[in-house]
Amino acid sequence: MRRSLRIVLAEDSVLLREGLIGLLARFGHEVVAAVGDAGALRDAVAAHDPDVVVTDVRMPPDFQDEGLRAAVALRAERPGLPVLVLSQYVQRSYAADLLDAGDGTGVGYLLKDRVGQVEEFLDALVRVAEGGTVVDPEVVRQLLRRHRDPLAALTPREREVLGLVAEGHSNGAIARRLVVTEAAVGKHIGNILAKLDLPPAEDTHRRVLAVLAYLKA
Amino acid sequence: MEPRTPWQALARPRRFLRTGWPWRAVAYLASGVALGALALLVLLVLVGFSLLLVGLPLLLLAGVGLGGLERRRLLLVERDPAADPHRVPEGPGLAAWLRVRAREQATWRELAYAVLSATVLWPLDLLVLAVGLGLPAALLSAPVQLAAAGGEEAKVVKAYLVTSYPQAFAAALLGLVLLPLLLYPLTALAGARAALARALLAPREAELRDRIGEVTASRARLAAAFEAERRRIERDLHDGAQQRLVALTMTLGLARYDAPPGPLAEQLAKAHEEAGLVLTELRELIHGIHPQVLADYGLAEALADAADRSTVPVELEVAADGGAGAGARGSGFPRLPGAVESAAYFAAREALVNLARHSGAGRARLTARHADGLLRLTVEDDGRGGADPARGSGLTGLADRLAVLDGTLSITSPPGGPTVLRVEIPCGVRSASSSPRTASSSARA
Repeated sequence: MRRSLRIVLAEDSVLLREGLIGLLARFGHEVVAAVGDAGALRDAVAAHDPDVVVTDVRMPPDFQDEGLRAAVALRAERPGLPVLVLSQYVQRSYAADLLDAGDGTGVGYLLKDRVGQVEEFLDALVRVAEGGTVVDPEVVRQLLRRHRDPLAALTPREREVLGLVAEGHSNGAIARRLVVTEAAVGKHIGNILAKLDLPPAEDTHRRVLAVLAYLKA
Repeated sequence: MEPRTPWQALARPRRFLRTGWPWRAVAYLASGVALGALALLVLLVLVGFSLLLVGLPLLLLAGVGLGGLERRRLLLVERDPAADPHRVPEGPGLAAWLRVRAREQATWRELAYAVLSATVLWPLDLLVLAVGLGLPAALLSAPVQLAAAGGEEAKVVKAYLVTSYPQAFAAALLGLVLLPLLLYPLTALAGARAALARALLAPREAELRDRIGEVTASRARLAAAFEAERRRIERDLHDGAQQRLVALTMTLGLARYDAPPGPLAEQLAKAHEEAGLVLTELRELIHGIHPQVLADYGLAEALADAADRSTVPVELEVAADGGAGAGARGSGFPRLPGAVESAAYFAAREALVNLARHSGAGRARLTARHADGLLRLTVEDDGRGGADPARGSGLTGLADRLAVLDGTLSITSPPGGPTVLRVEIPCGVRSASSSPRTASSSARA
């Protein structure tokens, strides 16, 4: 049994909000506060100190990217606060903005469609809560279509591996997907980090930096 | 300021007589008499000929010919030349010329003027001259008339019997006073005559300008209304159908999770996948209507997004002078007025779609620059060229949309390539007060 998460949820559509509360409760998580706009989200986080925040991008009052802005602001105030942003758009810029806030760990950017794939969604939520980085496969797929610097130096296999890293998979998970050994995946990642000029360092998350480089390319 | 018309000259009555204006008015009226009488003669002959049918086109020509002469004659009393209202025929030859002329309103106005001139105007001119110039002249010449008649008696102006020299000189004195006095109404009538001629023969510029202004304004209104409607549809789909579909897939996902393996689980899986596909299609549709990235991040990011989506690899380059930096990440590209961003984005996207479909290009290059109040967008490809902008209805629509913003769209596409599409829109940087974040809050109740 997974651990139970305390979640603050921000979603202006009542239909989806109630649905998500039910879904999360069904799998043993607790929604400690469910709010409908960005201001209330910040208040709720201050009041409840949740394990993870789940927020929509487009919210009142202006229905633009208030949810995303609130998430970025929250992460600036509380470094390391895990945030999962749900969007109805495949948008590299949203994901990049989010990863830019803080050190890029404990954030996720997923298409709203993913909540329908119940297990994958919950899996991503837990990974974000545990400090992982998750970028929606659809965004990754779009990025894979173009071949620009600095990613031009990567081989197709390395790009594939980097895409899976961006989706938030561990080396073991990637190895299973590509049907190779975990050591092979480690070697690919080592090559990727070298080609992206990310030397080993103690206090940076090189995987996240690689994903960031990937998003910004 | 020097007077430009007889009426303006009359506005300074004391200076008036010392200027050339009275004599110009007289010359205008006199030549009007001559020309009008001639026009009457010509028209009568042509009407006679038109009974034999050949006269009809000639009648048209008479109007056009007289119109030309009259416009030149206007310079006698008006300093501003009257422009030619006729269009230049598209092809050479008399037939093309006649076709254009016959369809123009100006031609028929000229014909109307010719008829008016031949029947009403020249006798009127003559009457004005007779009263304004003939009457004082007759009075002035009373002593001469008397002397010519032998000193006994003479009838001045056919009515006034003069029987002595004092009487004759009194009449001459009256003529001397009347001559300058009558020049005022004479000039005023010449001015009216010229104004009438100008009204009929000059192009109706003010009218035309008004109409163009009105058309531009209504086009801009239409474009704005279209844009607002687009956003409303996008919002409705986003807030309505899309949310419900997400909720549906979520419910189906849960049901799938809970269902025991068997036919029911398979049916649910199928329904779940279908709903997912619909959601993907709807997302693409909404993106096509109005990409949210354009509203949130501006043109540079939206172009990057369009480049991402292109099936042909696109190299993107954005640059701006000054770099107000309010918006687009990293590039320092400024936020531009909403209508400009939208028109430029859709032009770029249409161009990318077209080149992916038809050009056979392996690579494309998309550049956007904002400098000196001008947005320049260029889309180049290494394809086979030969693109015909006249056939691309999408591009025609875009050109229209750009025209509303005073923008232009041009394509060069020689056979063998490369195809280069250029968009230029004059525009300033969007001010902070009109940022979309404040603008859309009022647009939404």
